Amino acid sequence: MAFVVHSGTLDKLYPVLMLASTGGAMDAEVHLFFTFWGLDAVKKGGFDKAKLPGIMSLGTGMMKSKIKSVGVPSLPEIFAMCRDTENVKIYACSTTMEMMDVSKDELIPEVDEIVGAATFLDIAMDADVQMFI
Amino acid sequence: MVNVDVEVDAKGMYCPMPIVKLKKATKTMEPGQVLKLISTDPGSKRDVPAWANKTGAEILETNEENGEFTFLIKVS
Repeated sequence: MAFVVHSGTLDKLYPVLMLASTGGAMDAEVHLFFTFWGLDAVKKGGFDKAKLPGIMSLGTGMMKSKIKSVGVPSLPEIFAMCRDTENVKIYACSTTMEMMDVSKDELIPEVDEIVGAATFLDIAMDADVQMFI
Repeated sequence: MVNVDVEVDAKGMYCPMPIVKLKKATKTMEPGQVLKLISTDPGSKRDVPAWANKTGAEILETNEENGEFTFLIKVS
């Protein structure tokens, strides 16, 4: 499985991590390539800070408490589950890092590699499932 | 009567939790051992067989009663 994680908003990061953790649990190799706004998610504390998009961002707190009340784990918790499967690899886009002045130290230690498009495509061409989220 | 080696209670949990918990539990088990999973997530009905299909586990028994799904799974 190879995903381009382009969005850094809560509503998009949930499906990314749900599919990644489940894929990992199904013995699939999962590769997540964080680019553009997606890169914010792999900055330290990024998953915790993710909000709903646009004007809906005002309702983020409400959405998070609803998520919690039905017993669905938070983004940082699902991310930890992804890593726990040992099948989910994390890549940060080198160009986005340059464009947005993000240094390696600002990223979470779970980022396995800082790479470019060719690395992602090399992986994606061999993957059975490719998505852009 | 099948002998259950490990039991996983995923009642009240939603996707992806039952599958993730199930997989985690199988990591400590030997091939051929039997795991019992109890889930209330309606998605489990299709999700658990799909998981088994990909990991090579075998579903020995499935039971649905009052919204509670019980699976007996032989791990690979």
